[in-house]
Amino acid sequence: MVSLAARTLAEGEAQGRLLVLDTPLSFWGGLDPTTGRVIDRSHPACGRSLAGRILVMASGRGSSSSSSVLAEAIRRGTAPAGIVLAEPDPIVAVGALVAHRLYRLACPVVVVADLAPLREGGTARITAPAGAPARIELTGSTDEPERSSPAVS
Amino acid sequence: MHLSDLDRSFLAGEAGPAARFAMELLVRFAAAVGAPALLDITRAHVDGCLHHGAVSLDFVEHLVAGRGRVRVPTTLNVGSMDLIHPELVRMEEPARSAGRRLMEAHLALGCEPSFTCAPYQTRFRPRFGEQIAWGESNAIVFANAVIGARTNRYGDFIDLCCALTGRAPAFGLHLDANRRGEVLFRLEGFPASLAATDSLFVAVGHIVGTRAGGRVPVIEGLPPPHGEDQLKALGAVAASVGAVALFHAVGITPEAPTLADALGHRRPAATIAIGPAELRQALAALSTVPAGTPITAVSLGTPHFSLAEFHRLIPLLAGFRPAPGVELYVSTGRETLVALAAAGLDRALERAGVTLVADTCTYVTAVLRRLDGVVMTNSGKWAHYAPGNLGLAGVAFGELEDCIASAAAGRVVRSSPW
Repeated sequence: MVSLAARTLAEGEAQGRLLVLDTPLSFWGGLDPTTGRVIDRSHPACGRSLAGRILVMASGRGSSSSSSVLAEAIRRGTAPAGIVLAEPDPIVAVGALVAHRLYRLACPVVVVADLAPLREGGTARITAPAGAPARIELTGSTDEPERSSPAVS
Repeated sequence: MHLSDLDRSFLAGEAGPAARFAMELLVRFAAAVGAPALLDITRAHVDGCLHHGAVSLDFVEHLVAGRGRVRVPTTLNVGSMDLIHPELVRMEEPARSAGRRLMEAHLALGCEPSFTCAPYQTRFRPRFGEQIAWGESNAIVFANAVIGARTNRYGDFIDLCCALTGRAPAFGLHLDANRRGEVLFRLEGFPASLAATDSLFVAVGHIVGTRAGGRVPVIEGLPPPHGEDQLKALGAVAASVGAVALFHAVGITPEAPTLADALGHRRPAATIAIGPAELRQALAALSTVPAGTPITAVSLGTPHFSLAEFHRLIPLLAGFRPAPGVELYVSTGRETLVALAAAGLDRALERAGVTLVADTCTYVTAVLRRLDGVVMTNSGKWAHYAPGNLGLAGVAFGELEDCIASAAAGRVVRSSPW
């Protein structure tokens, strides 16, 4: 099993199917927190549901109101199960941290150096303890042949 | 991360549960942006009065329950209700009560009932060099660029955490090294007598916002503005179409007495020419309908109209009557409303057919009598956001004088040379 070292921005544990966005999404104006669907008509993933998925995107984007939209989606149970980024994003982190604190609902947000091993269709488990390094385990096979990713365990 | 004794005392809960929560969140935010420490701030502006769902109110009420209290003078941005003229807002229960409750919950934390997006034109205006933590994109860019105060783009939850602790992460625009201009926008191909019209400043703001990316823009070749409201309009549109938090206008803004100063005595990473064609293109992007199109309303005051702007508007209203079916709205802050009332000008404006809106703005909540019509505005920011927010049939941007002429004619009238 491939296991990737990650940095914790918001703690928690999550497991789910990977949903990989090549274009960063602004949750504000881009995510409907009542349904969990992408509503930004200019985004390639428009219409897809993020609910329960492990969302993978390089970075966050856009308005700081994205924190509120993510926190509201977590409250409603329509948010991604967890979020994997390549760059630390304070706006995404704050949304998850606020929801965790107010509702005790975790949506771990972690940062990895290389998103390439995280492929659409695979499944993954995020373990992101507070104040300690996080880990992403790729638990399901993808249609792609195995990559020679550097395994960390 | 280096934390001060005060920071640690907040984390230890010595100032109560709300201050502890605020400091915990602030430290996590600071870690995510790579700040090595926090610094003292002298004021905050909180953009937390617009509802993004139950979480908005839950967060503030959690802080109220935890005995939260702001530690620096803290102004509030617009909410979804006009608490002075509640009858103007066409919102049903329970959204109506929730909007009011959210605004009031912030007051319980000690925030000022300013409810304005132009806190820089109130008695809470910061001074040059002050470290502040502000939300609301147009206020952020005005504070940084026009005043020379220092804030990053704070927002959701974090602006209030800064207010409750009097601290902000030491990164970005708080620090000298990150305030120097990086990309140069140069006005070229204009006559030497280029007039300082509102359209010019809005168009330049649109171009700068679209093309600056994450870099600090420097603008060279702008004529001296007629007042700070033109710089306010430039910054507001730049921060709406892009992520501009600071610009320097050579010879105009305080950190740019010369081009070399604005660039921090380095070469710009890129130079972008702005000519008449680019200006026309930018202005065209702010209107979805041609001249002559019938309108249902004119909306002024985004960002909130200043007293100086009212003094420009009032002479234009001599002999003015809006055409049948056309409303004329002006959004402003409470403090400006009080000043208008003291001079008896609020009644005079209402007699001339003006609907004064306070505490909120016509593009964030349902104030316009018709939300399906075509609306004219003198604001680049309003023209950018309102069609999507409100579902309008169309929008037209124009000079203040053209807006008033259009309200009287009932259709889009243009005299602007651009």
